[in-house]
Amino acid sequence: MSAPNKSYDPVEVEALKPEEIERLRDEALAAFAAATDLDALHEAKVAHMGDRSPLALANREIGALPPAAKAEAGKRVGAARGGVNKAFAARKVELEAERDARVLVEEAVDVTLPYDRAPRGGRHPLTTFAERLMDVFTAMGYSVAEGPEVEAEWLNFDALNMGPDHPARSTQDTFFLKDADSVVLRTHTSGVQIRSLLAAAEPPVYVICPGRVFRSDELDATHTPVFNQVELLAVDEGLTMADLKGTLDHMVESLFGEGISTRLRPNYFPFTEPSAEMDMVCFVCRGESVGNPDRPCRTCSSEGWIELGGCGMVNPRVLVACGIDPNKYSGFAFGFGIERMLMFRHNVEDMRDIVEGDVRFTLPFGMEI
Amino acid sequence: MRVPLSWLREYVDLPAGETGRDIQAKLIRAGLEVEGVEQLGADLKGPLVVGHVLAIEELTEFKKPIRYCQVDVGDANGTGEPQNIVCGARNFAVGDKVVVVLPGAVLPGPFPIAARQTYGKTSEGMICSARELGMGDDHDGIIVLPPEYEPGTDAIELLELVDEVLDIAVTADRGYCLSLRGVARETAIAFDLPLRDPALIDVPPANSYGPLVKVEDQAGCDRFVARSVVGVDPAAKSPIWMQRRIQKAGMRPISLAVDITNYVMLEMGQPLHAYDRHRIDGAITVRRANAGEKLRTLDGVERTLDAEDLLICDNAGPIGIAGVMGGAGTEIADPVVDPETGEVTGTSEIVIEAAHFAPVSIARSARRHKLPSEAAKRFERGVDPEATKAAAQRAVDLLVLVAGGTAEAGVTDIVAPHPVHSISIAADLPDRVAGQEYGRETVVRRLQEVGCTVVGSDVLVVTPPTWRPDLTDPNDLCEEVIRLEGYENLPSTLPDVPAGRGLTEAQRLRRRIGVALASSGQVEVQNYPFIGEAVLDALGIEAGDPRRETVKIANPISHEEPSLRTTLLPGLLGALHRNVGRGTTDVALFELGRVFRVDGTAETLYHAPRLPVDRRPTGDEIAQLDAALPRQPYRVGAVFAGHRDPQGWWGKPQAWTWADAVEAARTVADAAGVSLTVRQDQHTPWHPGRCAALYVGEQLVGHAGELHPRVVKSLNLPERTCAMELDLDLLTAGGAVKAEGPKISTFPVATQDVALIVDDAVKAADVEAALRAGAGSLLESLRLFDVYRGESVGEGRKSLAYALRFRAADRTLTADEASAARESAVAEAATRVGATLRG
Repeated sequence: MSAPNKSYDPVEVEALKPEEIERLRDEALAAFAAATDLDALHEAKVAHMGDRSPLALANREIGALPPAAKAEAGKRVGAARGGVNKAFAARKVELEAERDARVLVEEAVDVTLPYDRAPRGGRHPLTTFAERLMDVFTAMGYSVAEGPEVEAEWLNFDALNMGPDHPARSTQDTFFLKDADSVVLRTHTSGVQIRSLLAAAEPPVYVICPGRVFRSDELDATHTPVFNQVELLAVDEGLTMADLKGTLDHMVESLFGEGISTRLRPNYFPFTEPSAEMDMVCFVCRGESVGNPDRPCRTCSSEGWIELGGCGMVNPRVLVACGIDPNKYSGFAFGFGIERMLMFRHNVEDMRDIVEGDVRFTLPFGMEI
Repeated sequence: MRVPLSWLREYVDLPAGETGRDIQAKLIRAGLEVEGVEQLGADLKGPLVVGHVLAIEELTEFKKPIRYCQVDVGDANGTGEPQNIVCGARNFAVGDKVVVVLPGAVLPGPFPIAARQTYGKTSEGMICSARELGMGDDHDGIIVLPPEYEPGTDAIELLELVDEVLDIAVTADRGYCLSLRGVARETAIAFDLPLRDPALIDVPPANSYGPLVKVEDQAGCDRFVARSVVGVDPAAKSPIWMQRRIQKAGMRPISLAVDITNYVMLEMGQPLHAYDRHRIDGAITVRRANAGEKLRTLDGVERTLDAEDLLICDNAGPIGIAGVMGGAGTEIADPVVDPETGEVTGTSEIVIEAAHFAPVSIARSARRHKLPSEAAKRFERGVDPEATKAAAQRAVDLLVLVAGGTAEAGVTDIVAPHPVHSISIAADLPDRVAGQEYGRETVVRRLQEVGCTVVGSDVLVVTPPTWRPDLTDPNDLCEEVIRLEGYENLPSTLPDVPAGRGLTEAQRLRRRIGVALASSGQVEVQNYPFIGEAVLDALGIEAGDPRRETVKIANPISHEEPSLRTTLLPGLLGALHRNVGRGTTDVALFELGRVFRVDGTAETLYHAPRLPVDRRPTGDEIAQLDAALPRQPYRVGAVFAGHRDPQGWWGKPQAWTWADAVEAARTVADAAGVSLTVRQDQHTPWHPGRCAALYVGEQLVGHAGELHPRVVKSLNLPERTCAMELDLDLLTAGGAVKAEGPKISTFPVATQDVALIVDDAVKAADVEAALRAGAGSLLESLRLFDVYRGESVGEGRKSLAYALRFRAADRTLTADEASAARESAVAEAATRVGATLRG
C-alpha cells in the first residue's frame, strides 16, 4: 500500500474507473460460470480473487486517492469484490453438488447381490416349542421340574398306582435294561412328578415336567421310540376338575389363539381318578369343517377337535405313596406329546423329519416358535 | 370290543332313528372309547338269494378246474328257470344250498354284478363266498347254507348282512364293557332307557349232584359253576344268527360248542369252557401247578407250567390253565363222519365251566405264556362273579336249543366266602372333586344307575355292583357321577397358583447356550441316544475307556444299537453324515442332551428297591432309588464340516476348522459365565495334533478340535470334520462368575504393539499368560493379531504379534509408563517362554 498521492486526479486512476471495476467483476463472474469442475473454479478463483488478481490490485490503488475520493472508490471496489465472492461460493456449492452426485453414481453397487456368507443356525422346534410351553406355565407361577431318563420302576410305575400286575403297565412298550431289575427307560415324565412331590415338604406343588421319554415303537411317519412329553402337576388344597379344565383352556389359548378351548372325555389312567382324554377345538377350522364336505380340514380330519392327551385328578393313592394327605390335598395332572402337537401346529407331515436332524427341516423354525 | 347294533338293540329299546354315530357320540361322552362305527353292507344291493344247486358240469380245459352250475333261485330271477353260473370254488355239491347274487346286484366293494361271458359260458351271477359278502376274511370257499332254507329266500336278511358295528377300545378299568351286557348297560344309562339284563334269567339252585369239582386254591378261584348237558348232536352246527353275531363281534365261528361258549362270553362277559365229559378223568380240580408240570394247550403248544399258574386238572393231570386256555386233551372233539353210513360221531356229553379267577393270577399266567386270550383279557380286567351261574345256564339253554341236548339236573356252584366291599364317601365329594354342585340327590341317583346300592345321608355307604371291581375308592365313585353328569358341563376356572420364580439357572443356561450356538451358525439336532459297538470302534475308543461301559437295553429297537450313548458324538456325526449324504455339505450341528455313564456309580447300580406305595418312602429309600441309576450328565456337543464361509463374490471360501470347534466351546463357556482354559491334548477321537482339552480351573470339562483322519475315514465323514463336546454339569459345577460392573476409564488409551519370537512348540496361551502377568494392572486388553513363520525369524521359530492396550483409571498415562509396562510384559515372556523381541 503506497502513501496517498496528492498529485493525481482520482478520476485519472484508470483502474478505479467505475466501468473498469464493473468489467473486472463481470470477467470474474464469467470465469466462475465457465468453470465446469472444482479444479477450474479454483483456477478462476486464483485469477480473479487471489492477491494478484486485478480487483485486488485495484483495491490497492484506493490508498493513492485523495481522501475525498477514497470512500466512493472503496465502496465501489468492495461491492464488486463482494459480488465476486458470492458468485464464487454459489458456483462452488453447485460444482460440489455435481461432483458429489457423480461420485455417488460411480460408487453405486448392486445391492441385490446375495450375501449368504455367515452360516445360518437354528434351534430345534422341539426345544423351542417346549420352551414356549414352559413360558406359558412359568408365567402362571409353575416351576419347571426335570428328572433322569433312566428311571427306577418305582418312580415310573409303582408310585403312580401302576403295580407290577397292573394291566396298563404291560401296554406301555417299556424299554428294559439288561441285567437290571426295577430300572427302565422312563415311559413318561410322570416319575418327575413323583420326585417333585417327594421333594416338597408339603404342597402346594405346581410343576411342569418336559422331557424325553421312551417307548419301544419303531420309527415311522407317526411314531418314534424316543419322544418328548410335557406333563403338568398341581397339588394344593381344594383343586378341582374345573381348575384342570381352566388350566387346559388357558394353555390352548396361549398356544393356539383366542377362543380356542378344550373338551374332556372320560378315560382311564391309573394315576388319575377321575381321568379324561383332552381334545382342543381345531385351531384351523374351528369346527366349521364338521359335516361340511366343501370345506374339509386336514388338521382335524374334519372332526372339529384335535386330541391332545390324557389328564385327570391325581389319584389319591399317588398322593399317599408320596406321603401327602389326600383328605387335605387334591391335585390335577395332564400330559401330552410335543411331537404330535408340533406336527399339527406346524403342519409337519412326517415324524421322521422331526427326528432325523436334517438342517433343512430345522432352519425355517428359527430361534423361537 | 365290537358291538353289533342289531345285537345291542336286543337289550335296550333304542329309538329306531338312532344311528351308530349317534350312539357312538353318547357312549364317548359317557367314557367309552368308541373308535369307530363300521357300516356293514352299506353299499350292498340285491338280489342276493338262497340257491339250490341242481347240476354241476366240470370244465377241465382251463388252467384250473371250473364248474358250470345250474342253480334254482326260486322266483328271484323273475322266470323261475335255473340260473347258469360259472364258479371256481369246489367246496359244494349238487343238492347244497348256496348264496347266489344275481345280475343287477352290487356286492361290497362296491362290485356291481352283471351277466358276463367267462370260460366260454355265460355266467348269470355268482355263487358267493363269505369274503365276497363282507362277512369275514377267513373263508375262501363259498358259503354252504343249512338245507332248510327255500331257494329264492332273501339272503341279505338271512345273513344279517346290513348292520352297524361299534368298535370300542375298552380301558383297563372297564372289564364289564367287554360284553354286550356291559355296553348295553352304559347305553341304557346314556339314553335314559331301561336295560334288559341278559344275566337275569332263571337258574336252578345249586345241588350236590352236579359235575364233581374240587377247588383247592380258593384265593385263586372264588367261584366255580359246572353244568352238564348230554345227548348233544355231534353233527349240529351253529345257527346262522349265532355265527353272524360272533363274526360281527370280531371272532371266528369254530364249532357249535365253542361258538356257544364264545357267544355267551360276548353276551355276558363271562368266559366259559366246554369239556368233553368222556375225556375228563374224575373230578375237576382247581389248584396251582407243580413246577415242571406240562400241558398241551388248545393251540397245540406244549407248555411247561410255573408253580404260580392256576390250573384246572383231572385225575390225570392239568386239563387247562385256568382262565387262560384249555388243554388239547379234553377239548370238544371234531365231528367225524363215517363215509359209509354218513353217521356223525363226536362229543355228545359236555361239561360247562363258568368260574371266577383272581385277576392278578390270570394276568401273570397270560403274560408268562404269552397267551393274551379273550378269556384272559376279561379275567384280567375283572368279570362279574355273580354272572357265572347265569352264563352257565345260558350255555346249557343254547346247547339244548340248537344241539338237541338234554340238561342234566345237577348244578355245581362252589362259592368262596368273601366280604362285601363297600365305600364310604362324603355326599359332596363329587362336587368338591368336580368344582361343580351336583347335590346329594344327583350323586345317589347316578351311583344307583351304575348299579351301586347307596345308603346314608351326609356320608354315603356305597356298595358297588359285582360287575364293577374297579370301583374301590371314593374318587372312583366321583368319576361315575361326574362322567354321567357330563365332563362337557364342567366349569372352567383357574386355581390361585402361588407366585413362581421362573426357570432355574440351569434351565436358563441351556436356553442361552442354544441361542448362542444357533446364533453362531449351528443348527440344533436331537438325536436318539442309542448306540452300538460299531460306532465306538469307528471312533477308535479303546477297551477300558469309560465311554465303552454302556447302559444296555434288554429289548432294543435295533440289535445293532443296544446301548445308551456315553458321548454325544455318535449321534451328532450320524446326523452330520445324513445331512452331507442329502447334499448339505456345509454343515454345523449341535446337541444338548444327556449321556449315560456307569463309571463312578455304586454297586447298587440297576438294583432299585421295590418300595411300598402305602406311605412316603424314607430319605434313605429315595437315595437307594437314585443309587440304582446310572449317571446322566447333561452335555453339549457340536460337529462341523465343509465351509463356514462359502466362496462368493466377496472372495475365497473359509472352511470350518478346529478353531471353530474350540470357539464353540468358548461360546458355551461364555454363556455359562465361566472362563475356559485351553490346553493341547491327545484324546480319541480327535486328531492327535489338533485336539484341545478344555478346563475350568483344574477341572477337565471337555475336548474340541479336528477329528482323527482315521475316524473321519471309517465313519465316511467329510475331510477335516471337527467336533466339540463339553460336560455341562462339570462346566457349571463351580457356579457362574457373577459379572461385576466394570469401572469405565475415560482417560485416553495407550496402544503398543509387540512382536515376540518364540520356539514353535511354545503355546500361544502360555505367551499370552506371560504377557498379561508381566504387563500388570495397566493392561486393559491384549490381542494376538499375527502369527508369522519364515526365514527372518529362523527355523523352528515363530513370531507372535500382539496389540497391547494400556489405560489407567485415574490419569492419562505417559509414554514412559506405557513403555515400562510393555517392557515388563516382554521381560516376563522372555523369562517364562524364552521370547525375544523381533528386531
